[in-house]
Amino acid sequence: MDEKILVETKYYKIDKPIKLECGRELKNIQVAYETYGKLNEQRDNAILILHALTADAHAAYYHSHEDKKPGWWDTMIGDNKAFDTKRFFVICSNVLGGCKGTTGPSSINPDTGKEYALDFPVITVNDMVKVQKELIEHLGVKKLIVVGGSMGGMQALEWSIEYPNMVKSTIIIACTPRLTAQGIAFNAVGRNAIISDKNFNNGNYYNSEHPERGLSIARMVGHITYLCEEAMHNKFGRDFKDKPSFDFGVDFQVESYLEHQGRIFVDRFDANSYLYITKAVDYYDPARKYGSLEKAMEKTNSRFLIISFSSDWLFSTEQAKIMADALIKNNKEVSFVELKSACGHDAFLIEWEKQTKIIESFLKG
Amino acid sequence: MLNYSAIIQLVKEKSKILDLGCGSGALFKMLIDKKQVTGVGIEIDENCVIEALEKGLSIIQGDLDKGLKQFPDKCFDYAILNQTLQSTNNPEYVMEEMLRVAKRSIVSFPNFAYWKVRFYLFFKGKMPKSKVLPYEWYNTPNIHLLTVNDFFEFCKKRGIKIEESIYLTRKKARSGILIRTITNFFTEEAVFVITK
Repeated sequence: MDEKILVETKYYKIDKPIKLECGRELKNIQVAYETYGKLNEQRDNAILILHALTADAHAAYYHSHEDKKPGWWDTMIGDNKAFDTKRFFVICSNVLGGCKGTTGPSSINPDTGKEYALDFPVITVNDMVKVQKELIEHLGVKKLIVVGGSMGGMQALEWSIEYPNMVKSTIIIACTPRLTAQGIAFNAVGRNAIISDKNFNNGNYYNSEHPERGLSIARMVGHITYLCEEAMHNKFGRDFKDKPSFDFGVDFQVESYLEHQGRIFVDRFDANSYLYITKAVDYYDPARKYGSLEKAMEKTNSRFLIISFSSDWLFSTEQAKIMADALIKNNKEVSFVELKSACGHDAFLIEWEKQTKIIESFLKG
Repeated sequence: MLNYSAIIQLVKEKSKILDLGCGSGALFKMLIDKKQVTGVGIEIDENCVIEALEKGLSIIQGDLDKGLKQFPDKCFDYAILNQTLQSTNNPEYVMEEMLRVAKRSIVSFPNFAYWKVRFYLFFKGKMPKSKVLPYEWYNTPNIHLLTVNDFFEFCKKRGIKIEESIYLTRKKARSGILIRTITNFFTEEAVFVITK
């Protein structure tokens, strides 16, 4: 890549209050988003990219020529890439409850003039999607393709269920229609680490020390679940950083990796957002809401592509197949692929070559 | 491909099909183009799945030997098992499942009692190889080879009804049953429509 294509994060303020699933209303919602490519005259060539737990609206390109890294899914978005910007108008927005420009617990509550902190309502995947719908309408999009990995897949699924007349195609990657008890357990450990941090102060830490240790431990736990045994073995084995220290510092490469991931995470993420978003993931369960997943998917009106990764134990192939099966029972058009990978759940961000082939084929078909 | 045209000819227009072990979807695509069918294919191989997707087909990656639990009873007009029966681990279960999910099933397989196959074994004393059986004994996916007579016996024992049969030899296709022994001797590939 010689030339860096630049993009700017834009902001849209929703001028009406949004009624949330918990019953509360949220006003003055701001949505951070980026777009790549152009909307056609029919306004039907849009692809909405839905991000995972801790990502943001910056999915592709660079913010400045000095940037070392492009957006988080730059391997997939651009001219002649899986989401071809020559053909499609690609949109990515930060989720509700996030801390990357869209309203969340670290935003200022207009009623108090202070950060919401834990006064922020508990949000759901459905609420995230509702907010995205406002943005999509603002951008003038009539029909779209929705795509997401992990929590992004949940949003894509929710889009297909809630707005069947807008969604033409749905691509769900490394995802489950409901987190397993094991998945909830890991999220609970992460939240506990944050809440027990001495700096947490019931969420009111914005003007003092942040609960950094708690947040970094939450991230460390997260990273264990994003990898798998094979990936960890390949990356670190039992290698020492140096040699056994005979104390309780960081000895092993794998420890050092987790420490590093935890440390860099606190600079870019808000602990309260982590609480809210993991909760939304835990709650997500269309089968419970509609009685069964089949019932939930009854009204969907889109083609589906579901991709899982063989070594992903957090959002496993079995989980992904539940969605494919429910769609089949509803007589919907669905394709399902399990890609071989040793990268665990993280594969959806790493294995872009295989995904590109599959997604290109699906979008061509 | 003779067996393709035989199968295409058997399928009614606009029916809903399930193509089991559809490979890269060549037959499935032809059925869509020529008979306007709808439906879904199942294939185990990742690369084949990608090729099938490129053709615009609905494909579920999966293992036939694990059954078709996701499909309700009789939800397809046809289930097609083209040149795949002999390479399943559990042909009996696969057949049961296809008969359950589809109103009619189309099964095709290479006939191991074809005279050339018999002569190959008889004269060369080696595992037969041919155009339809191109593998060596040690790398063949065909672990459950069978003959036309075996198939008749199999269906009779299980109360499976053979609705139609097409016998293929080189460039010729014949339908109906001649004298069974002769048919078994001269058929290179067989295509059956079965129901239960």
